[in-house]
Amino acid sequence: MALCEAEKTFVLHGVEENFRVDGREREDYRPIELETNIVSHAFGSARLRLANTDVLVAVKIEVDVPYPERPKEGKLEFFVDCSANATPDFEGRGGEDLAIEISNSLSAAYKSPEVFDLTKLCILKGHKCWKIFVDILLLECGGNLYDAVSIAVKAALWDTRIPLVKSVTVDGNNVDMEVSDELHDCQKLDVTAAPIMVTVCKIGEQCIVDPNVAEELCSVGAVVIAVSKDKFSTVLQIGSGSLHPQTLLECLQMGEKVAQRLSEALTETLSEINPNKNQDVGFLK
Amino acid sequence: MSKNRELLSKIGLRQDGRRADELRRIRCKLGVFTEPDGSAYLEQGLTKVLAAVYGPHQVRGSRSKAQHDSAVVNCQFSMAVFSTGERKKRPRGDRKSTEISIHLRQALTAAIKVELYPWTQIDVYVEVLHADGGIYPACVNAATLALIDAGIPLKEYVCACTASLANNDVPLLDVSHQEEIIGGPTLTVAALPMSGKIVLMEMSQRFHVDHLQKVLDKALQGCKDIKSILDEAVKSHIQDVGSSTGWASTT
Repeated sequence: MALCEAEKTFVLHGVEENFRVDGREREDYRPIELETNIVSHAFGSARLRLANTDVLVAVKIEVDVPYPERPKEGKLEFFVDCSANATPDFEGRGGEDLAIEISNSLSAAYKSPEVFDLTKLCILKGHKCWKIFVDILLLECGGNLYDAVSIAVKAALWDTRIPLVKSVTVDGNNVDMEVSDELHDCQKLDVTAAPIMVTVCKIGEQCIVDPNVAEELCSVGAVVIAVSKDKFSTVLQIGSGSLHPQTLLECLQMGEKVAQRLSEALTETLSEINPNKNQDVGFLK
Repeated sequence: MSKNRELLSKIGLRQDGRRADELRRIRCKLGVFTEPDGSAYLEQGLTKVLAAVYGPHQVRGSRSKAQHDSAVVNCQFSMAVFSTGERKKRPRGDRKSTEISIHLRQALTAAIKVELYPWTQIDVYVEVLHADGGIYPACVNAATLALIDAGIPLKEYVCACTASLANNDVPLLDVSHQEEIIGGPTLTVAALPMSGKIVLMEMSQRFHVDHLQKVLDKALQGCKDIKSILDEAVKSHIQDVGSSTGWASTT
């Protein structure tokens, strides 16, 4: 997508007037659709559609050996795949840069033990732990990827059920574990503190959240803020522009406020999800 | 145990309860995304595939690829890392994906009226979300729908289907992953079902050449059945889109 000068000026004036091209105010999000449990053989999954941005997240779990330096902790790994369905630029290895950028930001955001407690994933200290793979598939890019991905990841982790380990027996170097046969015997992950990322985009003199593709093209710089409960877990500047320290501070404040609202909305939505309701899910809707 | 692993039981039922000549349930939707020129989603049993079409557009990358008398069809097949039971390491670039990409291009080029768009390129991207046997046929069927959604002229629908042979005698239609594991030959056919032409045929394992005709016939019948299902979906989609512009009220 390319914008001419006149179009850019139009977007910029809209932001200045607090009345954006699609009628939103500066702190408004576009409509979000969220579905959980749509990949049947994953341990947890979610699909999020934020206007034109479409993200599918699936969680897989494997048994692994903990890192020697952190024997009491499980593992959490993020993998982003930019599907060529989103744009032909992603064909072959074209999407790899973006994929690595997003997965690294997620790893950074989830790193702190206050955000996500990895010790809960330990099965036997130093010998066995759960390894959680969070696989993110970008199906359509309509701007604001970071926010969409972080919400989808949180929802997928919320949906994840880890099998219950009944007993662990140690025989020399051999560790045997028995997993409960009961299908519904499983534990859920605690995601109350899982971070939500908000991209604050500076256009002209003002900051906005949830930029669409046109707005992303007009921005001079953007900051991604990962907020867990009331604390920041990561702050990351993206794009090529430079920001004044004062502006950066304003961005952070705005980001935190918006993330708080978003997090509340997400918690409310997730609590309303009824797994027993049988309906046409996924892409057939 | 051995009894459980039969492809076809004595009373003529398969592992998943289908009869020998029954397809798995096909559900599909056209126009799932707005960004591509055409897109489609298709479920064949548990196999789930998304397809997107971009083009015809100017040839990207090296100009030398462009052809003066036809469009270049470019296909990329990729599988989500979570699509299989065991997590995959890479979504694309392995041998199997490359092979399926090439076969897709072969089948689609045969169906698209490429001569109408010289010096251009048509991109077809398929993404497997859930693999449960018959991946290639599902991809071909989804790609056909996406091409139709993009409004690219086709000679006719191109449909694909698999068939197998049970008990050395009975041909089975539309092989699932479970049946692939049990074993038995798999014949994959991509065809232009209205004219009955075969654009791609691939077979794994062996059976006697005498059986080939009936297995092939079965697979072709499957392609015809799939064609009528896809046709139905296309018609209802066109009706939905058309009625929103008010065309239905004029008739």
